[in-house]
Amino acid sequence: MSEQRQTHIIGYGTLVLVWVLLLLLTGTTIAVSRVDLGALHVWAALGIACLKAALVIGIFMHMRYEGRLLRLSLLTALVTLAIFIGLTFFDVLYR
Amino acid sequence: MSLAPHRDEAGDRLGMWLFLFTELLLFGGLFLLYGVYLARTPEDFIRAGGELDLVLGTANTVLLITSSLTVAVAVSALQKGARSLTLGMLGITVLCALIFLVNKGFEWRAKIDHDIYPGSKRLLAGEGGESVFYSLYYLTTGLHALHVLLGAALLGWVGFRIRGGRRDGEGAVLENVGLYWHLVDLVWIFIFPLYYLIL
Repeated sequence: MSEQRQTHIIGYGTLVLVWVLLLLLTGTTIAVSRVDLGALHVWAALGIACLKAALVIGIFMHMRYEGRLLRLSLLTALVTLAIFIGLTFFDVLYR
Repeated sequence: MSLAPHRDEAGDRLGMWLFLFTELLLFGGLFLLYGVYLARTPEDFIRAGGELDLVLGTANTVLLITSSLTVAVAVSALQKGARSLTLGMLGITVLCALIFLVNKGFEWRAKIDHDIYPGSKRLLAGEGGESVFYSLYYLTTGLHALHVLLGAALLGWVGFRIRGGRRDGEGAVLENVGLYWHLVDLVWIFIFPLYYLIL
């Protein structure tokens, strides 16, 4: 039987580690929000949120173990969203 | 002669992800609106955001992160054939979802008691940016709460299917409902800093 397993099983230890990291990042983002960083604050908060999102998508949602088709689709969706947001701000901020 | 039922697990997941991309654009649009109005009236947004309950927001963040873990463990457990662990994890997930909704209810209740809701006298009399902030707050968290409710119902349904001994593709069903649940967590990961932590 040469049929390959299509599903990768992630161990409980890895999942718990991701959970701990997510909790630590949540604590960090709250701590950072209490520090006065001015305009940098929004970027710090969004940066940490993106890091958390990458952990959830990569491990919890198995994206790290998926094939090229799914990863490229995700990239396309994210780039589309980024273009939407980028072009809108290009209009709003420089009007 | 018997044929094993044809399964296309990769195709199942691709279909679910395509649906999730539309959800991403839906919430992305709301975050886009938030960003534009934050850039226009930053002081109003910061003042309005400061009134949200950080303790409840943090508690709900921890609940969703934990429920994301328990769903992921449930998926792994089912793949390993550990059914009772799967069912236990699904039970905890649904419980987290319900506590989340109760907390959300308290939050909304407290705001409405303080005369803060779209079209309320206080918001109409105040700065325009605050009114926009709270309209977006109710719209975004309301839409998110609907997703929590639907996700919890689907998780419960999958749990009963597994408990009833359904085997045909139950792994794929749980995986896809799990993906939906992680998306709910993902959206909250951005709602939390934008609405609760803004300076």
